[in-house]
Amino acid sequence: MAEFFRSEAFQEAVEILKTEFPLATWETVYVTLLSTFFAIVIGLPLGVIVVAGDGGKILKIPETVLKVIDVIINILRSVPFLILMILVFPLTRLIVGTTVGTMASVVPLVIAAFPFVARLVEGSLREVNPAIIETAQSMGASPFQIITKVMLPESVPSLISNITIAITTILGFTAMSGVLGGGGLGKIAINYGYHRYKYLVMLFAVIFLVVLVQVFQSVGTHLAAKCDKRLKNRK
Amino acid sequence: MIEIKNLSKTFTTADGNVEALKNISLTINDGDIYGIIGMSGAGKSTLVRCINMLERPTEGKVIIDGKDMAALSQSELRNERRNITMIFQGFNLLMQKNCLRNVCFPLELSGVKKSDAVKRATELLEIVGLGDKLKAYPSQLSGGQQQRVAIARALATHPKILLCDEATSALDPQTTQSILSLIREIHDKLGITVIVITHQMSVVEQICSHVAILDNGEVAEEGLVSEVFSAPKSIAAKRLVFPDGYEKETEISGGENVIRVVFNGANATNKPLIAQMAVDEGITASILSASTKGIGDKAYGNIILGIPGGADELERAMKYLKAMPDIYVEEVKTDG
Repeated sequence: MAEFFRSEAFQEAVEILKTEFPLATWETVYVTLLSTFFAIVIGLPLGVIVVAGDGGKILKIPETVLKVIDVIINILRSVPFLILMILVFPLTRLIVGTTVGTMASVVPLVIAAFPFVARLVEGSLREVNPAIIETAQSMGASPFQIITKVMLPESVPSLISNITIAITTILGFTAMSGVLGGGGLGKIAINYGYHRYKYLVMLFAVIFLVVLVQVFQSVGTHLAAKCDKRLKNRK
Repeated sequence: MIEIKNLSKTFTTADGNVEALKNISLTINDGDIYGIIGMSGAGKSTLVRCINMLERPTEGKVIIDGKDMAALSQSELRNERRNITMIFQGFNLLMQKNCLRNVCFPLELSGVKKSDAVKRATELLEIVGLGDKLKAYPSQLSGGQQQRVAIARALATHPKILLCDEATSALDPQTTQSILSLIREIHDKLGITVIVITHQMSVVEQICSHVAILDNGEVAEEGLVSEVFSAPKSIAAKRLVFPDGYEKETEISGGENVIRVVFNGANATNKPLIAQMAVDEGITASILSASTKGIGDKAYGNIILGIPGGADELERAMKYLKAMPDIYVEEVKTDG
């Protein structure tokens, strides 16, 4: 065992760990968070529209618009991420100016993630008790007030849980984007592990990814439980 | 005043049309506590939802203080809804907000300044007896306490009409009593019109002045509670008022004639009526079913009697009983 720690491969991996991992980890984290942010910016309103427009109960939205949103979400969700990345190269070039690098990977990540976020938001909002929405209507709440003061606040714990799921999924996507020029821990794992057969470095990168998922998940779970007032014990 | 005129509501479902309400006409005066009672599926909830347009009537009108509710624009309707508030069977509080914020909620919706809203909400929570629970969340409260918060919330916008949709149906009998007393107290203090939807006779008996009995989407009977309950005329009303007696009499077949004796007031109940009839008229009636209950300040009773013999005995018995004060007699048809 001691021999292993003294081996050349291990020493080299530790060296890479020291020099390249801090930046790569940071890249992974900020690309994940940035992509999640934009995915929420686009996905949240879509999820709201889908739920609020359903059956015309809260918002009067034409059936065809809802249908189109639904189809777009389904199409984007069914394209595998690596292929989607290649498909959106022209768009990425248009927005970022290049298709390589950490920033460039944000574009396909957002496009892959927002339909997922929209579906998660849809799920969260559908959990809100329809009777509470009816009650707000009986008090004279406008459609906008129902969305901003009832549906969203009432589903905050569920939204946090679901966004945590989105973050961990997007984290997985960022690692995959390493294959096609994306930065971060995924790039290190693929470059060293796949192209140069340095499995130990890849193993370290995987451990880092696992730890990151654990951290995001624990924080998310904790936050969701903490802000859920339904879980307060009776005094 | 609430005028419901020829109101019908038809739901279109995959299996065809369902007529939930058929040609309902009711007038509810200001300051009444008006009960709408019926079995499940009678259309009670649909009717009350038509009053504030949560359901749009298919036909007919709802006119409140001269305003045709269906003709209002969306924003006018939203304003009008602040005058017609509602409490529900499931309380429907915002689970992520504390009591104070729940009561502030309707005020927040109508743009009242936050400090004013908090002041009003605090007062209301004191009135409903939850002055010490301002910061508690609904999940920390019992059902009765949650309904109290809902009542405070319903009163926040100074409504003229309070709609109670099965407001006590999820509560135990004791809590039901306390919530009903609270509603009564608020009605007496503020003079608001209260409409109570329920399937429980006891609720109507306890707080309502008027009642409409809804059966299968139609008004079977309506009027003062004391009148409707002491001498129900429609089958639906009889079934509600005398659930046991009515069921039993349908089992009686032939042999003897059956009459229903309905009486009210202490005088009638204190007299040995049946025994006296046996002495005076020689008719030995058998009691098939009997029940008495207190409604409002008076006691009401209902006896189903079997009269032996033929038409002659029946006629004599009816005549004898009708001569008594505060007594209503009718023959119960058992054939068919």
